[in-house]
Amino acid sequence: MADMWVTMGPQHPFSHGLWTLKVRVDGEVVKDAIPVIGYLHRGWEKECENRTYPLIIPMADRLCYSASMTWSHVYCKVVEEAMGIELSDRAKYLRVVADEICRLQSHLMWLAAMGTDLGNLTVFLWALREREFFLDLNVKLCGQRLTTNYPRLGGVRNDMPYFFERDCMRAVNRFEKVLWEIIGLTDESSIFLSRMRDVGVISRKDAANYGLTGPTMRGCGVDFDVRRDDPYCNYDLLDWEVPVCKEGDAYARYKVRIEEMFQSCEIIRQAMAKLDSIPKTDPIRVKAPRNVPAGTHFARVEDPRGESLMYLVSDGTDRPYRLKVRSPIFVNVSASKHLVQGVRIADIPAIMGTIDMCLGETDR
Amino acid sequence: MASQNFIKAPSVEEIVTALNADFEGKVTIKRTKARRVFVSCDRESIYALCRYARSILNFEQASSVCGVDWVDHLQVVYHLSNYFTGTVLEITVDVPNDDPHIASVALIWEGADWHERETYELFGIIFDGHPKLERLLTPQNYEFFPFRKSYKLRGQN
Repeated sequence: MADMWVTMGPQHPFSHGLWTLKVRVDGEVVKDAIPVIGYLHRGWEKECENRTYPLIIPMADRLCYSASMTWSHVYCKVVEEAMGIELSDRAKYLRVVADEICRLQSHLMWLAAMGTDLGNLTVFLWALREREFFLDLNVKLCGQRLTTNYPRLGGVRNDMPYFFERDCMRAVNRFEKVLWEIIGLTDESSIFLSRMRDVGVISRKDAANYGLTGPTMRGCGVDFDVRRDDPYCNYDLLDWEVPVCKEGDAYARYKVRIEEMFQSCEIIRQAMAKLDSIPKTDPIRVKAPRNVPAGTHFARVEDPRGESLMYLVSDGTDRPYRLKVRSPIFVNVSASKHLVQGVRIADIPAIMGTIDMCLGETDR
Repeated sequence: MASQNFIKAPSVEEIVTALNADFEGKVTIKRTKARRVFVSCDRESIYALCRYARSILNFEQASSVCGVDWVDHLQVVYHLSNYFTGTVLEITVDVPNDDPHIASVALIWEGADWHERETYELFGIIFDGHPKLERLLTPQNYEFFPFRKSYKLRGQN
């Protein structure tokens, strides 16, 4: 049968945003694929050169709506590194709690989208219902559900409000039980398993070569997590584990994300205990200067989707000379050509779903 | 070259020693700190250095490749990452304005492919040997490089 090009996207239920996957198919089997991005390119990095340093924090939130906390975190981290600021312990643990809440709600968003991709609408509803509890925590902590604008240069905006610890622990304890119910919907569904197992397999060597990061990479057997191996914000003082699966298929990536949610709950619990032992008088924010000394710096943070890295070139003024964003999905989607090769066209939503697309940070 | 054997998890000191031994005069160590090595390299030996970092020092992943416009010259910055120690090697390479060519490393790490395409379209730096050096984020018919300092935004001076 003659080969044929099929264009999936930019508006397509599987794409979760504006991008196109052009696939060359022979019958139903995918022979080749070309991802096309750029529909959302706003020149984010260039825009930043025109703004003072504090004004970029809310812009960093908008890089990805469901990982806004980690994006503003990595931006604050690189500027703090350039200014030579060391955070107080209280600010560090507040950032840890905020990051992990962000990771939980981002993974739940992914699980919901994954459910619709595979036609399992109950998973979608249940995961989004649970996500609301964490968005409510965001509202209590930052006043916003998604674009939180919480970290500041030198710390965080505000301390925990009254009863936040109680509400947070309630939500986390409840969620750990409910997550098992959601797992029952997926792991015990033979349709879900047969669509996820043995599709989109990547070996460990290829994962490293393609530059995959985050749960996508850890599902291929690479044991690396920025939080543990390049620690920041006292993550190394907490006791938790990095989930790794060796299989490398879509199901392994699903398993890694589910296990990460349990670990995030554990991290929140421990960080809350640490916050309890730090006196409330500990400053949550150190004063940051207006100008940044000239130099080049970079910082990286474990985003829910992978490793986010920012590279800052400062020239001594109050605006960045150049700010480069290394987006995890930008690299992961460039490997999609290898992910979908040899599978049937109906498996593409299941495979691309496990990458957890977010176009805001991809196109910048 | 390659007097060294493969090191799976090189420490910062081992990286510095190996680079000083095998790239004497071509690579300058700018500074080091915990899990970070900052080096600069001349344009001719970037491919050899990246091959060396990949095969000897076990930098399995190219985290990012980006460009910087210093007005009097351009610069390419590489961030390479080692999974076993969490070390990041930053390499800066200066590229002259009138001859913006540099060897592509997309054949060493496939993950660098799109980073180089992005650097090409935004800064006009040409990566020789890249399998498909086309515009990625901006429309194909653009004839300018928007992230160069000569391209001004509204309100920018």
